[in-house]
Amino acid sequence: MSLSASRPQPAAPWPPSSRRPVTGDRAAARAVLGDAEVGRVLARIAHEILERTSGDLDRLVLLGIPTRGVSLARRLGALCERFEGRPVRVGSLDVTMYRDDLALRGVRALAATDLPVDGIDGDTVVLVDDVLFSGRTVRAALEALNDVGRPREVQLAVLVDRGHRELPIRADYVGKNLPTSLSETVHVLLTEHDDRDAVLLGPAAFGGPDPTGPAA
Amino acid sequence: MNRHLLSAADLTRDDALLVLDTAAELAAVSDRSVKKLPTLRGRTVVNLFYEDSTRTRISFEVAAKRLSADVITFSAKGSSVSKGESLKDTALTLQAIGADAVVCRHHASGAPHTLSRWVEGSVVNAGDGTHEHPTQALLDAYTMRARTGRLEGLRVAIVGDVLHSRVARSNVLLLATLGAEVTLVSPPTLLPLGVDAWPAETSYDLDAVLPKTDVVMMLRVQRERMGAAYFPSEREYARRYGLDAARMAALPDEAIVMHPGPMNRGMEIAAEVADSVRSTIVDQVANGVSVRMAVLYLLLAGGQTADQGRGGAA
Repeated sequence: MSLSASRPQPAAPWPPSSRRPVTGDRAAARAVLGDAEVGRVLARIAHEILERTSGDLDRLVLLGIPTRGVSLARRLGALCERFEGRPVRVGSLDVTMYRDDLALRGVRALAATDLPVDGIDGDTVVLVDDVLFSGRTVRAALEALNDVGRPREVQLAVLVDRGHRELPIRADYVGKNLPTSLSETVHVLLTEHDDRDAVLLGPAAFGGPDPTGPAA
Repeated sequence: MNRHLLSAADLTRDDALLVLDTAAELAAVSDRSVKKLPTLRGRTVVNLFYEDSTRTRISFEVAAKRLSADVITFSAKGSSVSKGESLKDTALTLQAIGADAVVCRHHASGAPHTLSRWVEGSVVNAGDGTHEHPTQALLDAYTMRARTGRLEGLRVAIVGDVLHSRVARSNVLLLATLGAEVTLVSPPTLLPLGVDAWPAETSYDLDAVLPKTDVVMMLRVQRERMGAAYFPSEREYARRYGLDAARMAALPDEAIVMHPGPMNRGMEIAAEVADSVRSTIVDQVANGVSVRMAVLYLLLAGGQTADQGRGGAA
Protein backbone atom coordinates (compact mmCIF):
# COMPACT_ATOMS: atom_id res chain seq x y z
CA MET A 1 0.00 0.00 0.00
CA SER A 2 1.49 3.28 -1.03
CA LEU A 3 1.02 6.26 1.18
CA SER A 4 1.43 8.72 -1.63
CA ALA A 5 -1.51 7.14 -3.41
CA SER A 6 -3.78 7.94 -0.49
CA ARG A 7 -2.54 11.50 -0.11
CA PRO A 8 -4.82 14.25 -1.28
CA GLN A 9 -3.79 14.77 -4.86
CA PRO A 10 -4.32 18.12 -6.59
CA ALA A 11 -6.96 16.51 -8.80
CA ALA A 12 -8.99 15.18 -5.89
CA PRO A 13 -8.46 16.83 -2.52
CA TRP A 14 -10.41 15.65 0.39
CA PRO A 15 -13.23 15.54 1.38
CA PRO A 16 -14.63 14.93 -2.03
CA SER A 17 -18.02 16.56 -1.56
CA SER A 18 -16.89 20.14 -1.15
CA ARG A 19 -13.13 20.61 -1.32
CA ARG A 20 -12.55 19.53 -4.88
CA PRO A 21 -11.95 22.16 -7.54
CA VAL A 22 -14.49 21.93 -10.27
CA THR A 23 -12.68 20.38 -13.18
CA GLY A 24 -15.41 18.45 -15.00
CA ASP A 25 -18.36 19.51 -17.08
CA ARG A 26 -19.96 22.45 -15.36
CA ALA A 27 -22.95 22.41 -17.68
CA ALA A 28 -24.25 19.43 -15.72
CA ALA A 29 -24.16 21.47 -12.50
CA ARG A 30 -26.79 24.01 -11.53
CA ALA A 31 -25.80 27.20 -9.72
CA VAL A 32 -27.92 27.36 -6.58
CA LEU A 33 -26.33 30.58 -5.38
CA GLY A 34 -24.45 33.04 -7.57
CA ASP A 35 -21.91 35.76 -6.81
CA ALA A 36 -24.37 38.34 -5.52
CA GLU A 37 -26.37 35.84 -3.47
CA VAL A 38 -23.33 34.48 -1.65
CA GLY A 39 -22.48 38.05 -0.61
CA ARG A 40 -26.03 38.73 0.58
CA VAL A 41 -26.28 35.44 2.46
CA LEU A 42 -23.01 36.13 4.29
CA ALA A 43 -24.15 39.65 5.19
CA ARG A 44 -27.34 38.19 6.66
CA ILE A 45 -25.42 35.58 8.66
CA ALA A 46 -23.08 38.29 9.98
CA HIS A 47 -26.09 40.31 11.14
CA GLU A 48 -27.61 37.22 12.76
CA ILE A 49 -24.38 36.46 14.59
CA LEU A 50 -24.23 40.04 15.92
CA GLU A 51 -27.88 39.84 16.94
CA ARG A 52 -27.49 36.51 18.74
CA THR A 53 -24.34 37.62 20.55
CA SER A 54 -25.82 41.05 21.39
CA GLY A 55 -22.82 42.74 19.78
CA ASP A 56 -20.45 41.45 22.46
CA LEU A 57 -17.54 41.32 20.02
CA ASP A 58 -14.87 41.03 22.71
CA ARG A 59 -16.15 37.57 23.55
CA LEU A 60 -16.77 36.44 19.96
CA VAL A 61 -14.39 34.17 18.01
CA LEU A 62 -15.09 32.96 14.47
CA LEU A 63 -13.25 29.69 13.80
CA GLY A 64 -13.21 28.41 10.23
CA ILE A 65 -12.79 24.74 9.38
CA PRO A 66 -10.22 24.36 6.56
CA THR A 67 -10.22 24.94 3.69
CA ARG A 68 -13.19 27.05 2.61
CA GLY A 69 -14.61 27.47 6.10
CA VAL A 70 -11.54 29.58 6.94
CA SER A 71 -12.20 31.93 4.02
CA LEU A 72 -15.87 32.17 5.03
CA ALA A 73 -14.89 32.93 8.64
CA ARG A 74 -12.57 35.73 7.44
CA ARG A 75 -15.35 37.22 5.32
CA LEU A 76 -17.86 37.03 8.17
CA GLY A 77 -15.29 38.65 10.47
CA ALA A 78 -14.77 41.50 8.01
CA LEU A 79 -18.54 41.98 7.69
CA CYS A 80 -19.07 42.03 11.46
CA GLU A 81 -16.28 44.58 11.74
CA ARG A 82 -17.86 46.74 9.04
CA PHE A 83 -21.30 46.61 10.72
CA GLU A 84 -20.08 47.25 14.26
CA GLY A 85 -16.89 49.25 13.64
CA ARG A 86 -14.80 47.00 15.84
CA PRO A 87 -12.58 44.04 14.95
CA VAL A 88 -13.67 40.44 15.56
CA ARG A 89 -11.23 37.64 16.28
CA VAL A 90 -10.99 35.10 13.46
CA GLY A 91 -9.04 31.84 13.39
CA SER A 92 -8.95 28.37 11.96
CA LEU A 93 -9.38 24.93 13.48
CA ASP A 94 -8.03 21.88 11.64
CA VAL A 95 -10.00 18.78 12.62
CA THR A 96 -8.12 16.13 10.62
CA MET A 97 -6.58 14.43 13.65
CA TYR A 98 -10.06 14.12 15.22
CA ARG A 99 -11.85 12.57 12.25
CA ASP A 100 -13.49 9.19 12.66
CA ASP A 101 -12.89 8.15 9.05
CA LEU A 102 -9.08 8.32 8.72
CA ALA A 103 -8.77 4.54 8.58
CA LEU A 104 -11.56 4.44 5.99
CA ARG A 105 -10.26 7.13 3.70
CA GLY A 106 -6.54 7.24 4.33
CA VAL A 107 -4.37 9.92 5.85
CA ARG A 108 -4.17 13.41 4.48
CA ALA A 109 -2.05 16.48 4.94
CA LEU A 110 -2.94 18.65 7.91
CA ALA A 111 -4.12 22.23 7.59
CA ALA A 112 -3.17 25.03 9.93
CA THR A 113 -4.84 25.58 13.28
CA ASP A 114 -4.66 29.24 14.16
CA LEU A 115 -6.27 30.25 17.45
CA PRO A 116 -6.47 33.69 19.09
CA VAL A 117 -3.35 34.29 21.20
CA ASP A 118 -5.41 34.78 24.35
CA GLY A 119 -7.25 31.49 23.83
CA ILE A 120 -10.96 30.78 23.64
CA ASP A 121 -11.81 30.17 27.30
CA GLY A 122 -15.12 31.80 28.21
CA ASP A 123 -15.76 32.99 24.64
CA THR A 124 -18.60 32.41 22.24
CA VAL A 125 -17.06 30.37 19.43
CA VAL A 126 -18.81 30.27 16.08
CA LEU A 127 -17.57 27.36 13.96
CA VAL A 128 -17.76 28.18 10.26
CA ASP A 129 -17.86 25.61 7.44
CA ASP A 130 -18.99 25.65 3.84
CA VAL A 131 -21.27 22.59 3.67
CA LEU A 132 -23.10 20.81 6.49
CA PHE A 133 -23.69 17.21 5.46
CA SER A 134 -23.27 14.16 7.74
CA GLY A 135 -22.25 16.28 10.73
CA ARG A 136 -19.08 14.26 11.27
CA THR A 137 -16.75 17.18 10.57
CA VAL A 138 -18.60 19.24 13.18
CA ARG A 139 -18.38 16.39 15.69
CA ALA A 140 -14.61 16.28 15.10
CA ALA A 141 -14.45 20.07 15.48
CA LEU A 142 -16.27 19.94 18.82
CA GLU A 143 -13.79 17.37 20.08
CA ALA A 144 -10.85 19.44 18.82
CA LEU A 145 -12.26 22.54 20.56
CA ASN A 146 -12.46 20.58 23.77
CA ASP A 147 -8.70 20.05 23.67
CA VAL A 148 -7.77 23.69 23.10
CA GLY A 149 -9.98 25.43 25.61
CA ARG A 150 -13.37 25.79 27.24
CA PRO A 151 -15.61 28.18 25.32
CA ARG A 152 -18.72 29.50 27.08
CA GLU A 153 -20.80 28.60 24.06
CA VAL A 154 -20.26 27.00 20.65
CA GLN A 155 -22.40 27.84 17.63
CA LEU A 156 -22.28 26.68 14.03
CA ALA A 157 -22.54 28.72 10.84
CA VAL A 158 -22.65 27.07 7.39
CA LEU A 159 -23.15 28.42 3.91
CA VAL A 160 -25.13 25.37 2.78
CA ASP A 161 -27.04 22.73 4.71
CA ARG A 162 -27.60 19.84 2.35
CA GLY A 163 -29.24 17.47 4.82
CA HIS A 164 -28.48 13.75 5.40
CA ARG A 165 -27.26 14.17 8.95
CA GLU A 166 -25.76 11.09 10.59
CA LEU A 167 -25.36 12.72 14.02
CA PRO A 168 -27.60 14.90 16.21
CA ILE A 169 -26.05 18.17 15.01
CA ARG A 170 -27.73 21.29 13.63
CA ALA A 171 -26.50 24.68 12.47
CA ASP A 172 -27.33 27.97 14.24
CA TYR A 173 -26.83 30.03 11.08
CA VAL A 174 -27.61 28.60 7.65
CA GLY A 175 -26.96 30.41 4.38
CA LYS A 176 -29.16 28.13 2.33
CA ASN A 177 -31.06 24.96 3.05
CA LEU A 178 -30.51 22.79 0.02
CA PRO A 179 -32.51 19.57 -0.28
CA THR A 180 -30.26 17.05 -2.05
CA SER A 181 -30.16 13.37 -2.81
CA LEU A 182 -27.16 11.36 -1.64
CA SER A 183 -26.08 10.83 -5.24
CA GLU A 184 -25.70 14.57 -5.81
CA THR A 185 -22.64 16.68 -5.05
CA VAL A 186 -22.51 20.21 -3.69
CA HIS A 187 -19.59 22.45 -4.59
CA VAL A 188 -18.88 25.74 -2.88
CA LEU A 189 -16.71 28.04 -4.97
CA LEU A 190 -15.08 31.05 -3.32
CA THR A 191 -12.93 33.65 -5.05
CA GLU A 192 -10.11 32.96 -2.54
CA HIS A 193 -9.74 29.47 -4.06
CA ASP A 194 -11.74 29.45 -7.31
CA ASP A 195 -12.60 31.80 -10.14
CA ARG A 196 -15.86 33.08 -8.59
CA ASP A 197 -18.34 32.82 -5.71
CA ALA A 198 -21.02 30.20 -6.27
CA VAL A 199 -22.75 27.15 -4.85
CA LEU A 200 -23.19 24.43 -7.46
CA LEU A 201 -25.43 21.38 -7.27
CA GLY A 202 -24.66 18.60 -9.69
CA PRO A 203 -24.85 14.86 -10.29
CA ALA A 204 -22.34 12.64 -8.51
CA ALA A 205 -19.95 12.40 -11.44
CA PHE A 206 -19.46 16.11 -11.99
CA GLY A 207 -16.23 17.75 -11.09
CA GLY A 208 -14.04 14.69 -10.71
CA PRO A 209 -14.06 11.15 -9.38
CA ASP A 210 -17.08 9.80 -7.55
CA PRO A 211 -17.43 10.88 -3.96
CA THR A 212 -17.13 7.87 -1.73
CA GLY A 213 -19.88 8.95 0.60
CA PRO A 214 -20.97 11.65 3.01
CA ALA A 215 -17.97 13.57 4.24
CA ALA A 216 -18.76 17.17 5.11
CA MET B 1 6.00 6.13 1.24
CA ASN B 2 5.70 2.43 1.89
CA ARG B 3 3.99 0.73 4.77
CA HIS B 4 7.35 0.72 6.56
CA LEU B 5 9.98 3.38 7.09
CA LEU B 6 13.24 1.48 6.82
CA SER B 7 15.46 3.82 4.83
CA ALA B 8 15.51 7.52 4.04
CA ALA B 9 15.75 6.40 0.41
CA ASP B 10 12.19 4.99 0.67
CA LEU B 11 10.89 8.56 0.79
CA THR B 12 10.08 10.48 -2.36
CA ARG B 13 10.42 14.23 -2.29
CA ASP B 14 6.64 14.56 -1.85
CA ASP B 15 6.62 12.00 0.98
CA ALA B 16 9.44 13.76 2.79
CA LEU B 17 7.82 17.18 2.45
CA LEU B 18 4.50 15.73 3.63
CA VAL B 19 6.23 14.44 6.78
CA LEU B 20 7.90 17.82 7.40
CA ASP B 21 4.68 19.80 6.78
CA THR B 22 2.67 17.45 8.99
CA ALA B 23 5.30 17.76 11.72
CA ALA B 24 5.11 21.55 11.49
CA GLU B 25 1.36 21.46 12.20
CA LEU B 26 1.78 18.87 14.96
CA ALA B 27 4.45 20.94 16.70
CA ALA B 28 1.68 23.21 18.00
CA VAL B 29 0.31 20.30 20.06
CA SER B 30 3.43 20.38 22.23
CA ASP B 31 2.59 23.97 23.22
CA ARG B 32 -0.95 23.19 24.34
CA SER B 33 -2.02 22.40 27.87
CA VAL B 34 -3.65 19.17 26.64
CA LYS B 35 -0.76 17.58 24.71
CA LYS B 36 -2.82 14.80 23.25
CA LEU B 37 -4.60 13.94 20.02
CA PRO B 38 -7.05 11.03 19.73
CA THR B 39 -5.84 9.94 16.29
CA LEU B 40 -4.18 6.59 17.11
CA ARG B 41 -6.53 5.56 19.89
CA GLY B 42 -6.66 1.78 20.11
CA ARG B 43 -3.44 1.26 18.15
CA THR B 44 -0.44 -0.45 19.70
CA VAL B 45 3.10 0.75 19.11
CA VAL B 46 5.95 -1.45 20.31
CA ASN B 47 9.35 0.13 20.89
CA LEU B 48 11.80 -2.71 20.31
CA PHE B 49 15.23 -1.55 21.41
CA TYR B 50 18.15 -3.95 21.13
CA GLU B 51 20.64 -1.14 21.60
CA ASP B 52 20.91 1.61 24.20
CA SER B 53 19.17 4.85 23.43
CA THR B 54 17.94 7.86 25.36
CA ARG B 55 16.69 10.42 22.88
CA THR B 56 15.20 8.18 20.21
CA ARG B 57 13.40 5.83 22.56
CA ILE B 58 11.90 8.60 24.69
CA SER B 59 11.05 10.61 21.60
CA PHE B 60 9.15 7.75 19.95
CA GLU B 61 7.42 6.95 23.23
CA VAL B 62 6.24 10.53 23.73
CA ALA B 63 5.21 10.82 20.06
CA ALA B 64 3.08 7.67 20.20
CA LYS B 65 1.52 8.70 23.52
CA ARG B 66 0.64 12.18 22.23
CA LEU B 67 -1.31 10.42 19.47
CA SER B 68 -3.10 8.25 22.09
CA ALA B 69 -1.53 4.97 20.96
CA ASP B 70 -0.79 2.28 23.52
CA VAL B 71 2.97 2.04 23.88
CA ILE B 72 4.97 -0.98 24.95
CA THR B 73 8.66 -0.35 25.40
CA PHE B 74 10.79 -3.41 25.13
CA SER B 75 14.51 -3.37 25.82
CA ALA B 76 16.72 -6.33 25.05
CA LYS B 77 18.04 -6.08 28.59
CA GLY B 78 15.49 -7.49 30.98
CA SER B 79 13.58 -9.42 28.31
CA SER B 80 13.78 -12.94 26.91
CA VAL B 81 16.41 -11.71 24.47
CA SER B 82 18.91 -11.96 27.30
CA LYS B 83 17.86 -15.63 27.56
CA GLY B 84 18.81 -16.11 23.90
CA GLU B 85 15.51 -15.54 22.10
CA SER B 86 15.97 -14.88 18.40
CA LEU B 87 14.71 -11.82 16.53
CA LYS B 88 12.24 -14.01 14.67
CA ASP B 89 10.69 -15.45 17.81
CA THR B 90 10.45 -11.98 19.29
CA ALA B 91 8.78 -10.81 16.08
CA LEU B 92 6.25 -13.64 16.26
CA THR B 93 5.49 -12.66 19.84
CA LEU B 94 4.87 -9.05 18.78
CA GLN B 95 2.69 -10.34 15.95
CA ALA B 96 0.65 -12.42 18.37
CA ILE B 97 -0.07 -9.48 20.66
CA GLY B 98 -1.19 -7.41 17.66
CA ALA B 99 1.38 -4.66 17.32
CA ASP B 100 0.28 -2.08 14.74
CA ALA B 101 3.77 -0.62 14.55
CA VAL B 102 7.18 -1.81 15.67
CA VAL B 103 9.82 0.84 16.21
CA CYS B 104 13.07 -1.07 16.02
CA ARG B 105 16.61 -0.19 17.00
CA HIS B 106 19.17 -2.92 16.51
CA HIS B 107 22.96 -3.19 16.56
CA ALA B 108 22.87 -5.23 13.34
CA SER B 109 22.46 -3.36 10.07
CA GLY B 110 19.35 -4.56 8.26
CA ALA B 111 17.56 -6.02 11.30
CA PRO B 112 14.44 -3.81 10.88
CA HIS B 113 14.32 -4.79 7.21
CA THR B 114 14.32 -8.45 8.14
CA LEU B 115 11.77 -7.80 10.86
CA SER B 116 9.43 -6.17 8.35
CA ARG B 117 9.04 -9.53 6.59
CA TRP B 118 7.87 -11.20 9.78
CA VAL B 119 5.32 -8.79 11.19
CA GLU B 120 2.07 -7.49 9.72
CA GLY B 121 2.31 -4.02 11.24
CA SER B 122 4.47 -1.13 10.10
CA VAL B 123 8.16 -1.25 10.97
CA VAL B 124 9.98 2.00 11.66
CA ASN B 125 13.76 1.86 11.64
CA ALA B 126 15.00 3.72 14.71
CA GLY B 127 18.65 3.08 13.91
CA ASP B 128 20.19 -0.18 12.67
CA GLY B 129 23.91 -0.72 13.16
CA THR B 130 25.95 1.50 10.88
CA HIS B 131 23.21 1.53 8.25
CA GLU B 132 20.35 4.02 8.61
CA HIS B 133 18.37 6.20 10.98
CA PRO B 134 15.65 7.75 8.81
CA THR B 135 13.67 9.61 11.49
CA GLN B 136 16.87 11.33 12.62
CA ALA B 137 17.40 12.54 9.05
CA LEU B 138 13.81 13.78 8.93
CA LEU B 139 14.14 15.71 12.18
CA ASP B 140 17.46 17.14 11.00
CA ALA B 141 15.87 18.29 7.73
CA TYR B 142 12.95 19.72 9.72
CA THR B 143 15.36 21.64 11.97
CA MET B 144 17.33 22.96 8.99
CA ARG B 145 14.16 24.15 7.29
CA ALA B 146 12.83 25.73 10.49
CA ARG B 147 16.10 27.57 11.19
CA THR B 148 17.20 28.57 7.69
CA GLY B 149 13.84 28.67 5.91
CA ARG B 150 14.86 26.42 3.02
CA LEU B 151 16.31 23.07 1.98
CA GLU B 152 16.72 23.51 -1.76
CA GLY B 153 20.33 24.50 -2.44
CA LEU B 154 21.23 24.51 1.26
CA ARG B 155 24.95 23.74 1.73
CA VAL B 156 25.33 21.08 4.42
CA ALA B 157 28.65 19.76 5.74
CA ILE B 158 28.50 16.45 7.63
CA VAL B 159 31.71 16.14 9.61
CA GLY B 160 33.42 13.26 11.35
CA ASP B 161 32.92 9.52 11.66
CA VAL B 162 30.93 8.96 8.47
CA LEU B 163 32.04 5.33 8.30
CA HIS B 164 30.11 4.25 11.40
CA SER B 165 27.32 6.78 11.11
CA ARG B 166 23.78 5.74 10.22
CA VAL B 167 22.83 9.39 10.76
CA ALA B 168 25.19 10.50 7.97
CA ARG B 169 23.94 7.89 5.51
CA SER B 170 20.26 8.70 6.11
CA ASN B 171 20.94 12.43 5.98
CA VAL B 172 22.82 12.20 2.69
CA LEU B 173 20.00 10.21 1.10
CA LEU B 174 17.21 12.45 2.39
CA LEU B 175 18.98 15.76 1.78
CA ALA B 176 19.78 14.72 -1.80
CA THR B 177 16.07 13.98 -2.29
CA LEU B 178 15.21 17.40 -0.89
CA GLY B 179 17.72 19.27 -3.06
CA ALA B 180 20.40 20.21 -0.53
CA GLU B 181 24.11 20.05 -1.37
CA VAL B 182 25.94 17.77 1.03
CA THR B 183 29.69 17.62 1.64
CA LEU B 184 31.10 14.85 3.81
CA VAL B 185 34.20 15.95 5.73
CA SER B 186 36.23 13.24 7.36
CA PRO B 187 39.67 11.68 7.62
CA PRO B 188 40.15 9.21 4.75
CA THR B 189 40.04 6.28 7.18
CA LEU B 190 36.55 7.24 8.37
CA LEU B 191 34.92 7.46 4.94
CA PRO B 192 33.07 4.28 3.91
CA LEU B 193 34.05 2.24 0.87
CA GLY B 194 32.00 3.27 -2.15
CA VAL B 195 31.31 6.76 -0.82
CA ASP B 196 31.93 8.12 -4.33
CA ALA B 197 28.58 6.58 -5.32
CA TRP B 198 26.74 8.62 -2.65
CA PRO B 199 24.97 11.78 -3.77
CA ALA B 200 27.50 13.95 -1.88
CA GLU B 201 30.90 15.60 -2.23
CA THR B 202 33.76 14.54 0.02
CA SER B 203 36.60 16.50 1.57
CA TYR B 204 39.41 15.87 4.04
CA ASP B 205 39.84 19.54 4.90
CA LEU B 206 37.31 20.99 7.35
CA ASP B 207 38.79 24.52 7.29
CA ALA B 208 38.36 24.74 3.51
CA VAL B 209 34.69 23.68 3.68
CA LEU B 210 33.42 25.76 6.63
CA PRO B 211 33.26 29.20 4.92
CA LYS B 212 31.04 27.70 2.19
CA THR B 213 28.59 26.02 4.56
CA ASP B 214 25.08 26.93 5.78
CA VAL B 215 24.70 23.95 8.09
CA VAL B 216 27.49 22.03 9.78
CA MET B 217 26.49 18.71 11.31
CA MET B 218 29.04 17.18 13.66
CA LEU B 219 28.99 13.40 14.09
CA ARG B 220 29.92 11.55 17.23
CA VAL B 221 33.11 9.52 17.10
CA GLN B 222 31.69 6.07 17.75
CA ARG B 223 34.37 4.48 19.84
CA GLU B 224 32.16 1.49 20.64
CA ARG B 225 32.17 0.52 16.96
CA MET B 226 35.89 1.03 16.43
CA GLY B 227 37.92 -2.13 16.57
CA ALA B 228 40.98 -0.61 14.90
CA ALA B 229 42.96 2.63 15.00
CA TYR B 230 41.28 5.03 12.57
CA PHE B 231 43.28 8.07 13.66
CA PRO B 232 46.52 8.54 15.59
CA SER B 233 45.06 10.10 18.74
CA GLU B 234 41.90 11.74 20.00
CA ARG B 235 43.80 14.98 20.39
CA GLU B 236 44.89 14.96 16.80
CA TYR B 237 41.35 14.18 15.67
CA ALA B 238 39.96 17.06 17.70
CA ARG B 239 42.59 19.42 16.29
CA ARG B 240 41.83 18.56 12.68
CA TYR B 241 38.13 17.68 12.71
CA GLY B 242 36.72 19.11 15.95
CA LEU B 243 34.49 22.20 15.83
CA ASP B 244 35.82 24.81 18.27
CA ALA B 245 35.03 28.51 18.63
CA ALA B 246 37.74 29.58 16.17
CA ARG B 247 36.38 27.27 13.47
CA MET B 248 32.80 28.33 14.21
CA ALA B 249 33.87 31.93 13.53
CA ALA B 250 34.85 30.87 10.00
CA LEU B 251 31.23 29.94 9.23
CA PRO B 252 28.93 32.39 7.41
CA ASP B 253 26.91 34.59 9.79
CA GLU B 254 23.61 32.72 9.47
CA ALA B 255 25.08 29.20 9.58
CA ILE B 256 23.86 26.72 12.20
CA VAL B 257 25.61 23.92 14.07
CA MET B 258 23.91 20.56 14.52
CA HIS B 259 24.73 17.35 16.38
CA PRO B 260 22.54 14.25 16.60
CA GLY B 261 23.74 13.49 20.14
CA PRO B 262 25.06 12.07 22.32
CA MET B 263 28.00 14.48 22.17
CA ASN B 264 31.60 13.96 23.13
CA ARG B 265 32.26 17.49 24.33
CA GLY B 266 35.84 18.46 23.65
CA MET B 267 36.25 15.76 21.02
CA GLU B 268 34.21 16.49 17.88
CA ILE B 269 32.55 19.58 19.34
CA ALA B 270 33.77 22.11 21.90
CA ALA B 271 31.46 22.85 24.83
CA GLU B 272 31.26 26.56 23.95
CA VAL B 273 30.10 25.64 20.43
CA ALA B 274 27.54 23.13 21.66
CA ASP B 275 26.04 25.76 23.98
CA SER B 276 26.19 28.67 21.53
CA VAL B 277 23.16 30.36 19.96
CA ARG B 278 24.03 28.75 16.62
CA SER B 279 23.65 25.28 18.07
CA THR B 280 20.33 23.57 17.30
CA ILE B 281 21.02 20.54 19.46
CA VAL B 282 18.14 21.14 21.87
CA ASP B 283 15.79 22.11 18.99
CA GLN B 284 16.63 18.83 17.31
CA VAL B 285 15.39 16.85 20.30
CA ALA B 286 12.14 18.86 20.53
CA ASN B 287 11.58 18.61 16.77
CA GLY B 288 12.18 14.86 16.98
CA VAL B 289 8.88 14.41 18.82
CA SER B 290 6.89 16.33 16.18
CA VAL B 291 8.57 14.49 13.30
CA ARG B 292 7.99 11.08 14.87
CA MET B 293 4.35 11.99 15.54
CA ALA B 294 4.06 12.83 11.84
CA VAL B 295 5.66 9.53 10.80
CA LEU B 296 3.43 7.46 13.09
CA TYR B 297 0.34 9.39 11.97
CA LEU B 298 1.13 8.95 8.28
CA LEU B 299 2.03 5.27 8.59
CA LEU B 300 -0.72 4.21 10.95
CA ALA B 301 -3.76 6.48 10.87
CA GLY B 302 -4.77 5.74 7.30
CA GLY B 303 -4.06 2.05 7.29
CA GLN B 304 -6.04 -0.73 8.76
CA THR B 305 -5.32 -2.10 12.18
CA ALA B 306 -3.03 -5.10 12.50
CA ASP B 307 -6.02 -7.41 12.73
CA GLN B 308 -7.68 -6.11 9.57
CA GLY B 309 -4.49 -5.65 7.59
CA ARG B 310 -3.53 -9.29 7.20
CA GLY B 311 -2.44 -10.09 3.69
CA GLY B 312 -1.99 -6.43 2.69
CA ALA B 313 0.67 -5.65 0.12
CA ALA B 314 4.01 -4.54 1.48
